Parts: sequence; C-alpha cells; structure tokens
Amino acid sequence: MSDALSFHYDVDGESFSSAGQASAGVKKNLRQLGIDPEIIRKVSIAMYEGEINMVIHAGGGEADITVEDNCIVIVLTDRGPGIADIDKAMEEGYSTARDNIRALGFGAGMGLPNMKRYTDEMNISSVVGEGTTITMKVFF
Amino acid sequence: MTIREIKELLNAEVCCCENPDVDILSACGSDMMSDVLAYVKHQAVLLTGLVNAQVIRTAEMMDMRCIVFVRSKKPTADMLDLACSCGIAVLSTTKRMYEACGILYAGGLKGNGEINE
Ligand SMILES: Nc1ncnc2c1ncn2[C@@H]1O[C@H](COP(=O)(O)OP(=O)(O)OP(=O)(O)O)[C@@H](O)[C@H]1O
Ligand SMILES: [Mg+2]
Repeated sequence: MSDALSFHYDVDGESFSSAGQASAGVKKNLRQLGIDPEIIRKVSIAMYEGEINMVIHAGGGEADITVEDNCIVIVLTDRGPGIADIDKAMEEGYSTARDNIRALGFGAGMGLPNMKRYTDEMNISSVVGEGTTITMKVFF
Repeated sequence: MTIREIKELLNAEVCCCENPDVDILSACGSDMMSDVLAYVKHQAVLLTGLVNAQVIRTAEMMDMRCIVFVRSKKPTADMLDLACSCGIAVLSTTKRMYEACGILYAGGLKGNGEINE
C-alpha cells in the first residue's frame, strides 16, 4: 500500500531487562498517529508477548509493524529453535520455560493464547531448527 | 478508589506518583506477568511480589495506573525511571500479597473479573 507507514525494530536476545522496548516504541508511535487507544492496547499487548517470547525462547529477533488503511500488521521473525507442535504451543498453560524464566514472571503458557485473543488474525509459521515467523493483524 | 486511598489503606510508601487523585477501577494480584496480560482491564492497580523491569513494562502495555510491591519489595532506580516516564505510580507496602489484596477488596476495590462486561 502506497501510504502504509511502517516501523522496524531489532529485538535483543541477550537482555531480559530491555525486552519490551520495541513494543513500548510502537505504542508511542501509534499514539502519535492518534490511533484509537483500544487498538493500541491490543497491538502493544500482543506484540509485547511476542517480543518476550523471542527473547526467552529464540535468542531475539525482529519486529515489523505496518499501519495500513484498515488494520495494523505485526510481523515477528526469529531464527530460534522453532516450534515443533504449534497446536500444543497455542494451548493455555503449555510452556517449555524453565524455573529461571518462571522466576522472572513468565512461563505460564499464556503468551500465544493472549496474542490470539488480542488480535483479529494470527498466523504462525515455524520450522524446527530455522526459526519462527508470527503475523498478527488488528483491524480498525 | 484513588491512589491516595490505596496508599493509606496499605500504609504504603510512595516511590513515585505524579497524581495521587487518579481513580483506580480494578485490581489484580499476581507474580506471573502473562496472567496479568491475559485478564486485566482498564485503570487497574497491579499488586505483585515480583521485582524486575518487565513488571513496569507489563503495566505500561496494559495502561495500568499504579503498581504496589508487596512484602516490602523495592523497585530499582531504573524501574522507577521507567514507571515515571510512563506515568505509572509505584507504591511499596510491608503487607503480604493476601493481606494487601484483602484490604483493598474490603475497601471496595473490585477484582477485574467482576467488572468484566
Ligand atoms: N518464538 C518462539 N520460538 C520458539 N519457541 C517458542 C516461541 N514462542 C513460543 N514458543 C514455544 O511455545 C510455548 C508456549 O508459548 P507461550 O508464549 O504461550 O508461553 P510461555 O512463553 O512459555 O509462557 P508465558 O507466555 O505465559 O510467559 C513456549 O513455552 C515455547 O516452547
Ligand atoms: Mg510467552
């Protein structure tokens, strides 16, 4: 789309404490564009869960957000271990996170289901050993 | 319930707070951030015993207005900077999670499950 606006972020896989910076940046950008706060909330929560997943499960990745005429598209790409059983990963409560991650407040197995709940469309494509790409859309 | 009332009910220390008159509509007590991200509604306060930057980030993403650290937990300077820049008030109380939640609930602040649709 010619008038589509997009933002790109690199998500650092080394630093847990800086995780969420990309989502916070997107939230600010969308606010400046005057987008409906309820839409911004959905986009930021879904993206934040995905960003945390890239940090704790995949060693980092990239985020691309595009504001189109009728929706916001979030694409999260990583070169992590991939997800072998996507249906299983989508179940509430399923998590492979270890105790060290749980001690940080994550690993409840709620992230992917949350991402689905807060977005209108979500697609996961993943190849074990190569990485994962998650595409989400929130319509205006 | 305002942030000021929460502070008084919990006898909490204020770590940062721009506007104590901000109205809080619901509350959530949890140490698991994805649970918070799943259920919390508008203008909420988060009670938690977890101390790291993602607590602030989670509150920011949810548009929460206030965080209360229970069991005398104290946020780091970096966490406070982040909270201030997001306009999130931060309190710290010596009370434990169960007591802190019970006091606010008895004071009239509903859980966010009860104000849903
Ligand atoms: N980007 C990813 N790369 C590899 N595996 C992933 C990725 N995202 C999710 N997973 C796998 O899917 C599982 C479920 O993810 P989900 O986000 O629902 O839960 P979690 O991250 O384990 O816990 P929570 O999100 O509640 O903190 C993870 O435990 C992990 O095994
Ligand atoms: Mg997750």
